[in-house]
Amino acid sequence: MQPGGGDMPTLGLLQQIEKDFGSYTNFKEKFIEAVLTSFGSGWVWLVLKREKKCLAIVKTTNAVNPLIWNDIVRNFSPIISLDLWEHAYYLDHKNDRGAYVKTFMDHLVSWDAATARIARAQAFVNLGEPKIPVA
Amino acid sequence: MSKISRGANFNSGNSRSVQTLSLPDLPYDYGALEPAISGEIMRLHHQKHHQAYVTNYNKALEQLDSAISKADASAVVKLQSTIKFNGGGHINHSIFWKNLAPVNEGGGDPPKGSLSNAIEKQFGSLEVLVQKINSEGAALQGSGWVWLALDKEFKRLLVETTANQDPIVTKGSALVPLLGVDVWEHAYYLQYKNVKPDYLKNIWKVMNWNYATQVYEKECI
Repeated sequence: MQPGGGDMPTLGLLQQIEKDFGSYTNFKEKFIEAVLTSFGSGWVWLVLKREKKCLAIVKTTNAVNPLIWNDIVRNFSPIISLDLWEHAYYLDHKNDRGAYVKTFMDHLVSWDAATARIARAQAFVNLGEPKIPVA
Repeated sequence: MSKISRGANFNSGNSRSVQTLSLPDLPYDYGALEPAISGEIMRLHHQKHHQAYVTNYNKALEQLDSAISKADASAVVKLQSTIKFNGGGHINHSIFWKNLAPVNEGGGDPPKGSLSNAIEKQFGSLEVLVQKINSEGAALQGSGWVWLALDKEFKRLLVETTANQDPIVTKGSALVPLLGVDVWEHAYYLQYKNVKPDYLKNIWKVMNWNYATQVYEKECI
Protein backbone atom coordinates (compact mmCIF):
# COMPACT_ATOMS: atom_id res chain seq x y z
CA MET A 1 0.00 0.00 0.00
CA GLN A 2 1.03 3.65 -0.27
CA PRO A 3 -0.54 7.05 0.45
CA GLY A 4 -2.20 8.26 -2.75
CA GLY A 5 -2.16 4.74 -4.16
CA GLY A 6 -4.78 3.12 -6.33
CA ASP A 7 -5.13 4.26 -9.93
CA MET A 8 -3.74 1.66 -12.34
CA PRO A 9 -0.61 -0.36 -12.99
CA THR A 10 1.47 0.70 -15.98
CA LEU A 11 3.91 -0.64 -18.56
CA GLY A 12 5.06 -4.26 -18.22
CA LEU A 13 2.93 -5.07 -15.18
CA LEU A 14 -0.21 -3.78 -16.88
CA GLN A 15 0.66 -5.81 -19.97
CA GLN A 16 1.08 -8.96 -17.89
CA ILE A 17 -2.27 -8.32 -16.12
CA GLU A 18 -3.97 -7.82 -19.50
CA LYS A 19 -2.36 -11.01 -20.78
CA ASP A 20 -3.44 -13.13 -17.80
CA PHE A 21 -6.84 -11.57 -16.98
CA GLY A 22 -7.97 -10.05 -20.27
CA SER A 23 -8.13 -6.53 -18.89
CA TYR A 24 -7.37 -4.53 -15.75
CA THR A 25 -11.12 -4.22 -15.11
CA ASN A 26 -11.54 -7.98 -15.23
CA PHE A 27 -8.60 -8.46 -12.85
CA LYS A 28 -10.11 -5.92 -10.43
CA GLU A 29 -13.49 -7.70 -10.53
CA LYS A 30 -11.89 -11.09 -9.88
CA PHE A 31 -9.85 -9.69 -6.98
CA ILE A 32 -12.93 -8.14 -5.38
CA GLU A 33 -14.85 -11.38 -5.91
CA ALA A 34 -12.09 -13.31 -4.13
CA VAL A 35 -12.39 -10.91 -1.17
CA LEU A 36 -16.17 -11.18 -0.99
CA THR A 37 -16.11 -14.99 -1.10
CA SER A 38 -13.50 -15.39 1.63
CA PHE A 39 -14.60 -16.64 5.06
CA GLY A 40 -12.96 -15.85 8.38
CA SER A 41 -9.44 -14.51 8.80
CA GLY A 42 -7.04 -14.61 5.90
CA TRP A 43 -5.46 -12.83 2.96
CA VAL A 44 -6.04 -12.39 -0.77
CA TRP A 45 -2.97 -12.24 -3.00
CA LEU A 46 -1.99 -11.42 -6.54
CA VAL A 47 0.90 -13.80 -7.18
CA LEU A 48 3.20 -14.67 -10.04
CA LYS A 49 3.17 -18.42 -10.67
CA ARG A 50 6.76 -19.23 -11.48
CA GLU A 51 6.33 -22.51 -13.33
CA LYS A 52 3.30 -21.37 -15.29
CA LYS A 53 4.73 -17.86 -15.88
CA CYS A 54 1.40 -16.15 -15.22
CA LEU A 55 -0.33 -14.02 -12.63
CA ALA A 56 -3.07 -15.49 -10.45
CA ILE A 57 -5.31 -14.51 -7.54
CA VAL A 58 -5.05 -16.82 -4.52
CA LYS A 59 -6.62 -16.87 -1.04
CA THR A 60 -4.92 -18.02 2.14
CA THR A 61 -6.27 -18.55 5.65
CA ASN A 62 -5.01 -17.06 8.91
CA ALA A 63 -1.32 -16.18 8.52
CA VAL A 64 -0.38 -18.41 5.61
CA ASN A 65 1.86 -16.76 2.99
CA PRO A 66 2.05 -18.25 -0.52
CA LEU A 67 5.86 -18.25 -0.22
CA ILE A 68 5.59 -21.32 1.99
CA TRP A 69 3.97 -23.26 -0.82
CA ASN A 70 7.34 -24.32 -2.05
CA ASP A 71 6.80 -27.06 -4.56
CA ILE A 72 6.93 -27.40 -8.32
CA VAL A 73 3.24 -26.85 -8.78
CA ARG A 74 2.78 -23.96 -6.40
CA ASN A 75 5.92 -21.85 -6.55
CA PHE A 76 4.51 -18.36 -6.08
CA SER A 77 5.96 -14.86 -5.85
CA PRO A 78 3.62 -12.41 -4.07
CA ILE A 79 2.91 -9.23 -6.05
CA ILE A 80 0.21 -7.60 -3.93
CA SER A 81 -1.63 -8.70 -0.80
CA LEU A 82 -4.74 -7.64 1.09
CA ASP A 83 -5.22 -8.42 4.79
CA LEU A 84 -8.76 -9.69 5.44
CA TRP A 85 -8.45 -10.14 9.19
CA GLU A 86 -11.18 -8.00 10.76
CA HIS A 87 -8.58 -5.98 12.68
CA ALA A 88 -7.33 -4.64 9.33
CA TYR A 89 -10.58 -2.82 8.51
CA TYR A 90 -13.10 -2.97 11.34
CA LEU A 91 -12.46 0.44 12.89
CA ASP A 92 -12.84 2.16 9.49
CA HIS A 93 -15.39 -0.01 7.74
CA LYS A 94 -17.04 -2.17 10.44
CA ASN A 95 -18.50 -5.25 8.74
CA ASP A 96 -18.38 -3.76 5.23
CA ARG A 97 -15.62 -5.77 3.50
CA GLY A 98 -16.87 -4.56 0.12
CA ALA A 99 -16.16 -0.91 1.06
CA TYR A 100 -12.72 -1.90 2.38
CA VAL A 101 -11.57 -3.67 -0.78
CA LYS A 102 -12.95 -0.82 -2.93
CA THR A 103 -10.95 1.72 -0.88
CA PHE A 104 -7.89 -0.50 -1.23
CA MET A 105 -8.21 -0.82 -5.01
CA ASP A 106 -9.09 2.84 -5.59
CA HIS A 107 -6.83 4.62 -3.12
CA LEU A 108 -4.27 2.40 -1.40
CA VAL A 109 -2.77 -0.34 -3.54
CA SER A 110 0.82 0.48 -4.43
CA TRP A 111 1.40 -0.44 -8.07
CA ASP A 112 4.94 0.93 -7.62
CA ALA A 113 5.68 -1.75 -5.02
CA ALA A 114 3.95 -4.37 -7.19
CA THR A 115 6.08 -3.37 -10.19
CA ALA A 116 9.25 -3.63 -8.10
CA ARG A 117 8.20 -7.10 -6.93
CA ILE A 118 7.46 -8.43 -10.38
CA ALA A 119 10.76 -6.96 -11.63
CA ARG A 120 12.59 -8.83 -8.83
CA ALA A 121 10.61 -12.00 -9.58
CA GLN A 122 11.92 -11.89 -13.14
CA ALA A 123 15.30 -12.91 -11.73
CA PHE A 124 13.66 -16.34 -11.38
CA VAL A 125 11.16 -16.31 -14.20
CA ASN A 126 11.58 -15.30 -17.79
CA LEU A 127 8.26 -13.74 -18.69
CA GLY A 128 9.25 -12.77 -22.22
CA GLU A 129 8.32 -14.99 -25.13
CA PRO A 130 11.15 -17.44 -25.89
CA LYS A 131 12.94 -16.15 -28.96
CA ILE A 132 13.21 -19.49 -30.70
CA PRO A 133 12.99 -19.15 -34.44
CA VAL A 134 10.36 -21.31 -36.09
CA ALA A 135 12.09 -23.73 -38.47
CA MET B 1 -43.06 -43.92 -27.19
CA SER B 2 -41.27 -41.15 -25.43
CA LYS B 3 -38.19 -41.90 -23.42
CA ILE B 4 -37.91 -40.39 -20.01
CA SER B 5 -34.52 -38.71 -20.01
CA ARG B 6 -32.13 -39.33 -17.15
CA GLY B 7 -32.21 -36.68 -14.51
CA ALA B 8 -35.84 -35.74 -15.17
CA ASN B 9 -37.42 -34.15 -12.17
CA PHE B 10 -39.96 -36.75 -11.07
CA ASN B 11 -41.17 -34.37 -8.41
CA SER B 12 -42.29 -31.89 -11.02
CA GLY B 13 -45.84 -31.86 -9.67
CA ASN B 14 -44.61 -30.98 -6.20
CA SER B 15 -44.04 -27.30 -5.51
CA ARG B 16 -42.28 -27.25 -2.19
CA SER B 17 -40.92 -24.01 -0.86
CA VAL B 18 -37.73 -23.80 1.12
CA GLN B 19 -38.19 -23.13 4.82
CA THR B 20 -36.12 -20.02 5.43
CA LEU B 21 -34.86 -18.63 8.72
CA SER B 22 -35.15 -15.19 10.23
CA LEU B 23 -32.97 -13.20 12.60
CA PRO B 24 -34.00 -13.96 16.21
CA ASP B 25 -34.64 -10.96 18.45
CA LEU B 26 -32.14 -10.11 21.12
CA PRO B 27 -33.61 -10.90 24.58
CA TYR B 28 -32.39 -7.48 25.86
CA ASP B 29 -31.56 -3.96 24.59
CA TYR B 30 -28.35 -3.37 22.66
CA GLY B 31 -26.92 -1.31 25.52
CA ALA B 32 -27.96 -3.73 28.27
CA LEU B 33 -24.61 -5.54 28.45
CA GLU B 34 -22.55 -2.40 29.01
CA PRO B 35 -19.88 -1.78 30.14
CA ALA B 36 -18.74 -5.35 29.43
CA ILE B 37 -19.84 -5.25 25.78
CA SER B 38 -20.72 -1.92 24.17
CA GLY B 39 -24.11 -1.20 22.64
CA GLU B 40 -22.40 -0.32 19.35
CA ILE B 41 -20.84 -3.78 19.13
CA MET B 42 -24.09 -5.51 20.08
CA ARG B 43 -26.01 -3.58 17.44
CA LEU B 44 -23.52 -4.28 14.63
CA HIS B 45 -23.01 -7.85 15.75
CA HIS B 46 -26.75 -8.57 15.70
CA GLN B 47 -28.06 -6.36 12.87
CA LYS B 48 -25.11 -6.74 10.47
CA HIS B 49 -23.11 -9.88 11.17
CA HIS B 50 -25.83 -12.25 12.39
CA GLN B 51 -28.29 -10.88 9.82
CA ALA B 52 -25.73 -11.54 7.05
CA TYR B 53 -25.38 -15.17 8.14
CA VAL B 54 -29.18 -15.57 8.07
CA THR B 55 -29.53 -13.88 4.68
CA ASN B 56 -26.73 -15.86 3.07
CA TYR B 57 -27.88 -19.13 4.60
CA ASN B 58 -31.37 -18.61 3.15
CA LYS B 59 -29.82 -17.80 -0.24
CA ALA B 60 -27.71 -20.95 -0.09
CA LEU B 61 -30.77 -23.05 0.78
CA GLU B 62 -32.64 -21.73 -2.26
CA GLN B 63 -29.64 -22.55 -4.44
CA LEU B 64 -29.39 -26.00 -2.83
CA ASP B 65 -33.06 -26.67 -3.48
CA SER B 66 -32.58 -25.74 -7.11
CA ALA B 67 -29.44 -27.88 -7.43
CA ILE B 68 -31.19 -30.88 -5.86
CA SER B 69 -34.18 -30.62 -8.17
CA LYS B 70 -31.84 -30.45 -11.17
CA ALA B 71 -29.88 -33.45 -9.81
CA ASP B 72 -26.75 -31.34 -10.06
CA ALA B 73 -24.44 -33.14 -7.63
CA SER B 74 -21.54 -30.87 -8.39
CA ALA B 75 -23.54 -27.77 -7.45
CA VAL B 76 -24.86 -29.49 -4.31
CA VAL B 77 -21.37 -30.30 -3.07
CA LYS B 78 -20.06 -26.86 -3.96
CA LEU B 79 -22.70 -25.26 -1.72
CA GLN B 80 -21.65 -27.21 1.37
CA SER B 81 -19.01 -24.77 2.61
CA THR B 82 -21.29 -21.73 2.40
CA ILE B 83 -24.09 -23.67 4.12
CA LYS B 84 -21.76 -24.73 6.92
CA PHE B 85 -20.34 -21.23 7.31
CA ASN B 86 -23.58 -19.26 7.24
CA GLY B 87 -25.73 -21.91 8.93
CA GLY B 88 -23.09 -22.31 11.60
CA GLY B 89 -22.93 -18.55 12.03
CA HIS B 90 -26.67 -18.43 12.64
CA ILE B 91 -26.63 -21.38 15.06
CA ASN B 92 -23.68 -20.08 17.04
CA HIS B 93 -24.91 -16.52 17.39
CA SER B 94 -28.42 -17.65 18.35
CA ILE B 95 -26.86 -19.52 21.28
CA PHE B 96 -24.53 -16.62 22.11
CA TRP B 97 -27.32 -14.06 22.59
CA LYS B 98 -28.99 -16.45 25.03
CA ASN B 99 -25.86 -17.25 26.98
CA LEU B 100 -25.33 -13.55 27.76
CA ALA B 101 -27.58 -11.53 30.04
CA PRO B 102 -27.70 -8.06 31.60
CA VAL B 103 -26.40 -7.85 35.16
CA ASN B 104 -29.86 -7.09 36.51
CA GLU B 105 -31.19 -10.26 34.86
CA GLY B 106 -28.64 -12.64 36.32
CA GLY B 107 -25.70 -11.89 34.03
CA GLY B 108 -22.49 -12.70 35.84
CA ASP B 109 -24.16 -14.70 38.64
CA PRO B 110 -22.19 -17.91 39.18
CA PRO B 111 -23.72 -21.30 38.34
CA LYS B 112 -25.67 -23.21 40.97
CA GLY B 113 -26.95 -26.75 41.46
CA SER B 114 -25.91 -29.74 39.41
CA LEU B 115 -23.85 -27.78 36.86
CA SER B 116 -21.89 -26.10 39.64
CA ASN B 117 -21.19 -29.50 41.19
CA ALA B 118 -20.05 -30.91 37.87
CA ILE B 119 -17.71 -27.96 37.35
CA GLU B 120 -16.16 -28.35 40.79
CA LYS B 121 -15.79 -32.09 40.36
CA GLN B 122 -14.19 -31.90 36.92
CA PHE B 123 -12.21 -28.66 37.04
CA GLY B 124 -11.70 -28.04 40.77
CA SER B 125 -13.39 -24.65 40.78
CA LEU B 126 -15.24 -22.15 38.61
CA GLU B 127 -12.11 -19.95 38.50
CA VAL B 128 -10.05 -22.77 37.01
CA LEU B 129 -12.71 -23.38 34.35
CA VAL B 130 -12.91 -19.69 33.43
CA GLN B 131 -9.10 -19.52 33.21
CA LYS B 132 -9.07 -22.50 30.87
CA ILE B 133 -11.77 -21.06 28.62
CA ASN B 134 -9.99 -17.70 28.50
CA SER B 135 -6.60 -19.17 27.69
CA GLU B 136 -8.06 -21.31 24.90
CA GLY B 137 -9.88 -18.25 23.57
CA ALA B 138 -6.78 -16.07 23.72
CA ALA B 139 -4.67 -18.72 21.97
CA LEU B 140 -7.13 -19.40 19.17
CA GLN B 141 -5.54 -18.54 15.81
CA GLY B 142 -7.68 -16.60 13.39
CA SER B 143 -11.47 -16.52 13.77
CA GLY B 144 -13.53 -18.92 15.86
CA TRP B 145 -15.33 -19.72 19.10
CA VAL B 146 -14.48 -21.22 22.46
CA TRP B 147 -17.15 -23.40 24.08
CA LEU B 148 -18.10 -24.98 27.36
CA ALA B 149 -19.79 -28.13 26.11
CA LEU B 150 -21.42 -31.21 27.55
CA ASP B 151 -20.63 -34.60 26.08
CA LYS B 152 -24.07 -36.11 26.58
CA GLU B 153 -22.86 -39.62 25.95
CA PHE B 154 -20.30 -39.62 28.73
CA LYS B 155 -21.95 -36.89 30.81
CA ARG B 156 -18.69 -34.94 30.91
CA LEU B 157 -18.04 -31.23 30.55
CA LEU B 158 -15.32 -30.07 28.23
CA VAL B 159 -13.74 -26.91 26.84
CA GLU B 160 -13.41 -26.97 23.08
CA THR B 161 -12.69 -24.48 20.29
CA THR B 162 -14.08 -24.35 16.77
CA ALA B 163 -12.74 -22.46 13.77
CA ASN B 164 -14.66 -19.85 11.80
CA GLN B 165 -18.39 -20.58 12.28
CA ASP B 166 -18.12 -24.34 12.76
CA PRO B 167 -20.76 -25.41 15.29
CA ILE B 168 -19.63 -27.51 18.28
CA VAL B 169 -21.11 -30.68 16.77
CA THR B 170 -18.31 -30.61 14.21
CA LYS B 171 -16.03 -31.60 17.08
CA GLY B 172 -18.26 -34.48 18.20
CA SER B 173 -21.84 -35.45 17.49
CA ALA B 174 -22.59 -35.97 21.21
CA LEU B 175 -21.51 -32.44 22.15
CA VAL B 176 -24.12 -29.97 23.42
CA PRO B 177 -23.10 -26.31 23.75
CA LEU B 178 -23.67 -24.78 27.20
CA LEU B 179 -21.80 -21.50 26.75
CA GLY B 180 -20.10 -20.01 23.70
CA VAL B 181 -17.63 -17.12 23.52
CA ASP B 182 -17.29 -15.48 20.12
CA VAL B 183 -13.60 -14.65 19.58
CA TRP B 184 -13.95 -13.27 16.06
CA GLU B 185 -12.44 -9.78 16.10
CA HIS B 186 -15.82 -8.22 15.26
CA ALA B 187 -17.04 -9.40 18.69
CA TYR B 188 -14.70 -7.04 20.55
CA TYR B 189 -12.49 -4.91 18.32
CA LEU B 190 -14.37 -1.59 18.46
CA GLN B 191 -14.20 -1.63 22.26
CA TYR B 192 -11.12 -3.62 23.21
CA LYS B 193 -9.03 -3.21 20.03
CA ASN B 194 -6.37 -5.91 19.96
CA VAL B 195 -6.55 -6.59 23.70
CA LYS B 196 -8.54 -9.81 23.42
CA PRO B 197 -7.68 -10.88 27.02
CA ASP B 198 -9.56 -7.84 28.42
CA TYR B 199 -12.66 -8.81 26.42
CA LEU B 200 -12.37 -12.37 27.75
CA LYS B 201 -11.96 -11.12 31.31
CA ASN B 202 -15.02 -8.84 31.13
CA ILE B 203 -17.46 -11.05 29.28
CA TRP B 204 -17.89 -13.19 32.42
CA LYS B 205 -19.65 -10.20 34.06
CA VAL B 206 -22.55 -10.77 31.66
CA MET B 207 -22.38 -14.53 31.30
CA ASN B 208 -25.77 -16.19 31.66
CA TRP B 209 -25.06 -19.27 33.74
CA ASN B 210 -28.83 -19.77 34.19
CA TYR B 211 -29.08 -20.62 30.51
CA ALA B 212 -26.14 -23.04 30.73
CA THR B 213 -27.66 -24.69 33.81
CA GLN B 214 -31.03 -25.13 32.08
CA VAL B 215 -29.44 -26.81 29.07
CA TYR B 216 -27.24 -28.99 31.29
CA GLU B 217 -30.10 -30.14 33.52
CA LYS B 218 -32.28 -30.92 30.52
CA GLU B 219 -29.61 -33.20 29.03
CA CYS B 220 -28.66 -34.83 32.31
CA ILE B 221 -32.04 -36.02 33.49
